[in-house]
Amino acid sequence: MYDIASIYQAVSVADAIRALEADPSALVIAGGTDVLIKIREGKLAGCRLVSIHELGEELSGVTQAPNGDIEIGPLTTFRGVTFSKIIRGNIPVLGEATDQAGGPQLRAAGTIGGNVCNGITSADSASTLMALDAVLRVRGPRGEREVPISQWYKGVGKVDLAPYELLVKIVIPRDNYEGYAGHYIKYAQRSAMDIATLGVSCLVKLSGDKKVVEDAALAFGVAGPVPMRATSAEAAVRGLPVEQAVTAIGKAALEDVNPRTSWRASKEFRIQLVEELSGRALAEAARRGGAAI
Amino acid sequence: MMEILSCTVNGKPVEVGVDPRESLADTLRERLGLTSVKKGCEVGECGACTVLVDGTAIDSCIYLAVWAQGKTILTVEGLQNENGELNPIQRAFVEEAAVQCGFCTPGIIMSAVEIVGSGQQYTREELRKLISGHLCRCTGYQNILNAVERAVNEAHKFVGKSTDA
Repeated sequence: MYDIASIYQAVSVADAIRALEADPSALVIAGGTDVLIKIREGKLAGCRLVSIHELGEELSGVTQAPNGDIEIGPLTTFRGVTFSKIIRGNIPVLGEATDQAGGPQLRAAGTIGGNVCNGITSADSASTLMALDAVLRVRGPRGEREVPISQWYKGVGKVDLAPYELLVKIVIPRDNYEGYAGHYIKYAQRSAMDIATLGVSCLVKLSGDKKVVEDAALAFGVAGPVPMRATSAEAAVRGLPVEQAVTAIGKAALEDVNPRTSWRASKEFRIQLVEELSGRALAEAARRGGAAI
Repeated sequence: MMEILSCTVNGKPVEVGVDPRESLADTLRERLGLTSVKKGCEVGECGACTVLVDGTAIDSCIYLAVWAQGKTILTVEGLQNENGELNPIQRAFVEEAAVQCGFCTPGIIMSAVEIVGSGQQYTREELRKLISGHLCRCTGYQNILNAVERAVNEAHKFVGKSTDA
């Protein structure tokens, strides 16, 4: 038995927002793979919950808008993202990232919306969504607003979401994925059922002859208190031949990150991972984009 | 406070009173007596409580019972045929000596049911990943992989084993 004071099962998004407005201290539970575990650990013991678990019709699924933007319902499971034809065909790196969270059963229950709303730096989808400059569409009692993911994270476990708001869409603008190839590397102690020691996602757009990095996006999880972009590393490799970029990106990324020591790994080791894995992620992304490297 | 949960369990319609705070694992074990559903870690890490909900393998310890309203649940108790004979997947676990203490076995068998039911062939490495949500402290996993591989191959009438073990 979970130590839950009350649970309200919302029947629609509007109903969930009403319930959250009536009880602003209530927590949203979606897939349950984070919230229930925190309750079991005692961290959220005695909480009141608003369940959106059964709102799949309104909040689940991946679609492509007429303008080419890809819209992901936040209640789409990790598995739903990985196996979506739209994701596989357009942003395979995102499906690759969601395929590395937990294990198969967790990926069938945990949701991508929960992964970005819990504000955790190690969230497997977060660094790729950062690299893609995703836009988070949030609905509250007074309508919708859009938050660029660069403004979303406010601190450890804190995101730009009022108590009575729900994330209703994760939008990947067409310009942010079209023409880019990507690669996500999760460094962890085990290949499954583990939390990232460091996560690196790299997107790259190559020149027509596939020899030069026209644009790159590099983002990290666990390289700071929240998922982050490495903007100076991106600037440092723009316009460089691919091989030079692969060599240069890791050192440049050290300017951007601020990892800490935790029981999982030391700050020094994480810095080593940032330097080494950035180059590997860029090299693989470029290879997928057609570079002969 | 109790709620009525109406769902299908192992092919039979079930109506059972549940506490909204209880996990599906609790309901299946304590109220329906389906003790193949094991409670190991109770935080979604060990996979011992794995059941199929609408055909998908999930950890029933981190799934609230009330979410199962109207859904179809399958546990190991629902696998045997009318004569009480073991299902081919269970037989594969026996044939390959994939069971030691047995605590992880029902959960892995349920993942195997989903894997076999997908109708696809998998490499050994893919199977490794597909059962990576289960912990076994006895076997070292080799015989479990052999069993899952055998079950998949038998379902597809494939002969022999892949060689990349």
